[in-house]
Amino acid sequence: MAPMHFEFREKVMKLKLLIVMLFCIAVQFPGDAAAALRVFACEPEWAALAEEIGGDRVKVSVATNALQDPHYLEARPSLISKVRRADLVVCTGAQLEIGWLPMLLGKANNPQVRPGSPGYFEAGSFVRHLEVPAAIDRSQGDVHPQGNPHIQTDPRNIALVAQALGERMASLDVDSAGHYQSRLEQFLSGWNAAIVKWEAEATPLRGKRVVTHHKSWVYLENWLGLELLETLEPLPGIPPTASHLSKLLAQLGDDGSGADFIIRTPYQSSKPSEWLSQRTSIPELMLPFTVGGDDEASDLYSLFSDTIERLLEVSE
Amino acid sequence: MHNKLRRLLLVALLPLAFPAWGQDQPATEIDILRSELKQLRADYDARIEDLEQRLEAAEHKADQTSLEASQATLLANEPVAATAITPNSTDAVSNNAFNPALGVIFQGQAWAYDNDPEQYYIPGFPMGGEAGLAPEGFSLAETEINISGNVDDKFTAWLTVPIAVEDGEVGIELEEAWVETLKLPAGWSLRMGRFFSDVGYLNSKHFHAWDFADQPLVYQAFLGGQYLDDGLQARWLAPTDFYLELSGELLRGDRYPAGGASNSGFGSYTLAVKSGGDIGFSNSWLFGFSWLHANSDERESGDEDDPIFFNGDSDILIADFVWKWAPNGNSRQRNFEFQAEYMWRMEDGDYALPHTSHLPWDVDQRGWYAQAIYQPWPQWRFGGRIERLSSETPGPVFTGSVLDPMGMNPSRYSLMADWSNSEFSRLRLQYNRDKAGTENDNQFALQYIYSIGAHGAHAF
Repeated sequence: MAPMHFEFREKVMKLKLLIVMLFCIAVQFPGDAAAALRVFACEPEWAALAEEIGGDRVKVSVATNALQDPHYLEARPSLISKVRRADLVVCTGAQLEIGWLPMLLGKANNPQVRPGSPGYFEAGSFVRHLEVPAAIDRSQGDVHPQGNPHIQTDPRNIALVAQALGERMASLDVDSAGHYQSRLEQFLSGWNAAIVKWEAEATPLRGKRVVTHHKSWVYLENWLGLELLETLEPLPGIPPTASHLSKLLAQLGDDGSGADFIIRTPYQSSKPSEWLSQRTSIPELMLPFTVGGDDEASDLYSLFSDTIERLLEVSE
Repeated sequence: MHNKLRRLLLVALLPLAFPAWGQDQPATEIDILRSELKQLRADYDARIEDLEQRLEAAEHKADQTSLEASQATLLANEPVAATAITPNSTDAVSNNAFNPALGVIFQGQAWAYDNDPEQYYIPGFPMGGEAGLAPEGFSLAETEINISGNVDDKFTAWLTVPIAVEDGEVGIELEEAWVETLKLPAGWSLRMGRFFSDVGYLNSKHFHAWDFADQPLVYQAFLGGQYLDDGLQARWLAPTDFYLELSGELLRGDRYPAGGASNSGFGSYTLAVKSGGDIGFSNSWLFGFSWLHANSDERESGDEDDPIFFNGDSDILIADFVWKWAPNGNSRQRNFEFQAEYMWRMEDGDYALPHTSHLPWDVDQRGWYAQAIYQPWPQWRFGGRIERLSSETPGPVFTGSVLDPMGMNPSRYSLMADWSNSEFSRLRLQYNRDKAGTENDNQFALQYIYSIGAHGAHAF
């Protein structure tokens, strides 16, 4: 036996000891000192909502930013660590995060936030979904069995989720229940007043015909009475193709009368909508889609006021 | 004997490490009654709360309708009101409308070689396990059936059954069959059954998740393709801001690079540490260091009809590094991925060559691969891979045998391009310039990977 191997074995013994020691420490670990409720939000809108309700009693981290497609995210190591330490996970559900959230939850070893536990909150469970498919077949693209998951584009849904989230936060952090309750009431009264204001402002938008990149705004369209004509994606989840765009061009004509606007999110490529806009003379614009989607949309309120402002600007 | 005792003791002591386990089992009838009463009270509370909520929602709705009416706007298409619904009893992200979730992955390939793949071997690195070249021409790779679901509130289970065609015969294998804990406290989880070992980066990844149509040479030479075995795995995730995971496995040792389930069926064990994080929004990384110890009793490798046998210890150290980049972390549009692994295998024991008795063997071998994949726009990816193996000279008794590296440093260069219509389908083209076999070879592959049914989320 070569001396190198003796050396190696010695190192191995030390390594073994170290690991055993670490395991012992792990068992003894007291866990996080729960000064604040740790909230892990899958999307920025739920992070913003948790902050509205929680104020300084919550510590919020968020998995995606407005420039990331929430359907597709890498289950990054940093996110696993955040879920590991979370008291509450707030996500959209309806399979929006199916490609990455189960991996985060599976790797994070945090029993408090596993589905079915009080620490796991799906916003979509508290609103009625649109576009619930009668039959599921992937030849129809990446459709979600529970319906369209992009519920945050209707502010009335935000109010419904706020109510449920406030109650959930109060039940998880009983000491601060009064705090959450009063902040929730304050938020809802301001929010409901804002909805009335937005609805009045958006009256000229009623009946406008839109083309969207993905079916990202069906709840907004439903709320404001917009009419969705077509999507740039041939099927949900399949990127725009040249042949599909040509078909849309033929359908919409070149005099700008085919539709009122073409809209996309900050995380979608601008190329397909610009291509179609130039040839059809239909204005194209980017809407913030979630908090942080543009410079103006810095919180939930400005998300909606900016969305309406942008639409009104183009429709004049 | 001493070793065996110590290991049994370790296994026996494991439950002590989890004091909270089983605490919520009501011990006596009084406890049961008490918990039932509590449940009843909670049910009523919930129902009253639900009624209150519905009343409030109805009021809110009525307000809104009257408001909308008062605005007297002409509604071309009456919008559906956003209404509250009673949430399902379970919030579930899992995509199993049926329990369990079922998915099938279809994989097929066509390979073309300049040389005869049946004659392929890497001098100095006789292969074991599932390693080796895919057959020439059209062939089905594994058709993989995945079944998974939660067993109850504390356990989840996973089954992978590949159906493979080998030498014209259809065979069903048991690739993975494990159960894992869901509710262990303090960042712990425990997996039992048959699983891919957590060593290295690629080892635990299924065939369909690889970026190339074949495994890197180091995996083929040192791990028999992928190290898969029966046993126990414990994982602990540190409660730190950065990612730090420790894992250890105790395994039967019945598969390459172990063999013969030596040590009374506790033939191998592994330890691994993984760490990772983000740099800004656009970059993230993962680094891992793992050690696999395998004890072998008549481990078979080399030519199937004329194998050689190894007795002794294999220690494999693996360092792996992955770096992923996407502008603003939006990998859907554009992304780049770099991945590299370095392996160092030390084997100490003896080899029996065909028609010889056992000859002493103490040899270090090393190997690495590095690969880069670039997705310039959605659906298309392009990649390249470089690989090397090196071996110490084992001594004159092995000269001319399959264990003789013949002074060569085996290497391989690969290029690939793939197209994915959706995340459920992929077509791939690959070229290898192989300088690892006895003669240089050009290898071409065409591959498809399709998935139906439930498809589990992929790891980083």
